[in-house]
Amino acid sequence: MKPPPFTYHAPRDLATALRTLQEVGAGGAGGKVLAGGQSLIPMLNMRLVAPAHLVDINRVAGLGGIGREPGGVRVGALARHAEAERSGAHPLLTRALKLVAHPVIRNRGTVVGSLVHADPAAELPAVLAVLGGSVRVARWQDGAAVERDIPAAAFFTGPMESAVLPGELAVSAWFPSLAPGAGCAFVEVSRRHGDYALAGVCAVVGPAGAARVACVGVGPVPVVVDVSAHAPDWAAAARAVREETEPDDDIHATAAYRRHLVGVLAERALREAAQEAENRGA
Amino acid sequence: MEHEITLVVNGAARRVRVPARRLLSDCLRHDLGLTGTHVGCEHGVCGCCTVLLDGEPVRSCLTFAVTVDGREITTVEGLAGPDGLSPVQRAFAECHGLQCGFCTPGFLCTVTAFLEANPVPTEEEVLEGISGNLCRCTGYQNIVKAVHRAAELMAEEA
Repeated sequence: MKPPPFTYHAPRDLATALRTLQEVGAGGAGGKVLAGGQSLIPMLNMRLVAPAHLVDINRVAGLGGIGREPGGVRVGALARHAEAERSGAHPLLTRALKLVAHPVIRNRGTVVGSLVHADPAAELPAVLAVLGGSVRVARWQDGAAVERDIPAAAFFTGPMESAVLPGELAVSAWFPSLAPGAGCAFVEVSRRHGDYALAGVCAVVGPAGAARVACVGVGPVPVVVDVSAHAPDWAAAARAVREETEPDDDIHATAAYRRHLVGVLAERALREAAQEAENRGA
Repeated sequence: MEHEITLVVNGAARRVRVPARRLLSDCLRHDLGLTGTHVGCEHGVCGCCTVLLDGEPVRSCLTFAVTVDGREITTVEGLAGPDGLSPVQRAFAECHGLQCGFCTPGFLCTVTAFLEANPVPTEEEVLEGISGNLCRCTGYQNIVKAVHRAAELMAEEA
């Protein structure tokens, strides 16, 4: 249970970080970015990954912070879960973060790191997906940092796979605000408090019957379903959600149970979000 | 390749040479001889290795020593003051909040930071606060009592 050896890089500014990532990413030996390490270090300890290079971005200036901007919240690559939770900058993000692991893990783990890790059972990818947010990545090209924004719908490409290319660094994530008068909810079922969920659903119910859910643990990536057509028949919406999911069997639950569960949770999340929207409108 | 780093451990600056892959838990135990920090699962589940990093509880088994170069670490060895055990330590002893003691260093560090942030916690907040630490002996009831007792002791002595 010790990490395999790797070459360690600790850049202090973004340009050096990007140049380093380009050098180690291009070599084929593989470089990984270390931010909070709460997913990467367990994987190293269990020797599930063995990157030749680790680029530790913890000392890179300018990557932290949570910025409230018109239309949404921008979360920097070094913003820890606990910091984002305490800031209360986005209601759905705050709710989801309370379900992420345990308080001590949230002191180190980062929001952007969790997105890039792209665990299909994790909460934050679903939040980004249901809100239609994006991830900003940067790479070094022709002597300068070049950025691009990847929308959530294109960001999660498979289990533990994101659209971030070798040599690129995710520098921030964008979580759009809820529409005025919209309500949101995140519900999940896990074997033990703080574990990854067997299934989970986050829902946003907008004004004028707009309703979207994103489901975790029931597909290779967060499963986003627009159920506006069914509003406010949330039982029918839940049936529609169930049909969109393709859960797998594993040691924790059967596919059939997960499929049942995701319907129950979708109905519950939609009702809760609709209730909140109604309370706001009142 | 080894890296020379300085950690301020329990108030004292300690210089140490470590390979980049050295976990903070192993650095504390093997390089610095501070074996009070226990290592259980080494993947962040059990909470035994919890230490305070600049006052905030973190898993030392999920932190590289090189990453925290120059920062302040408090381990269980650093919780007691010049006048003896800390209120949290005394509360655990008084309420029988431990049996074998393996999980105790992690609980003590977690609870110390938890009560500093939230000096008058509700029952629910206590359960959430210690939810990331496993104990296989006590059944947790006496640990929960100890957290409430520690909050009382800290209020009395403030």
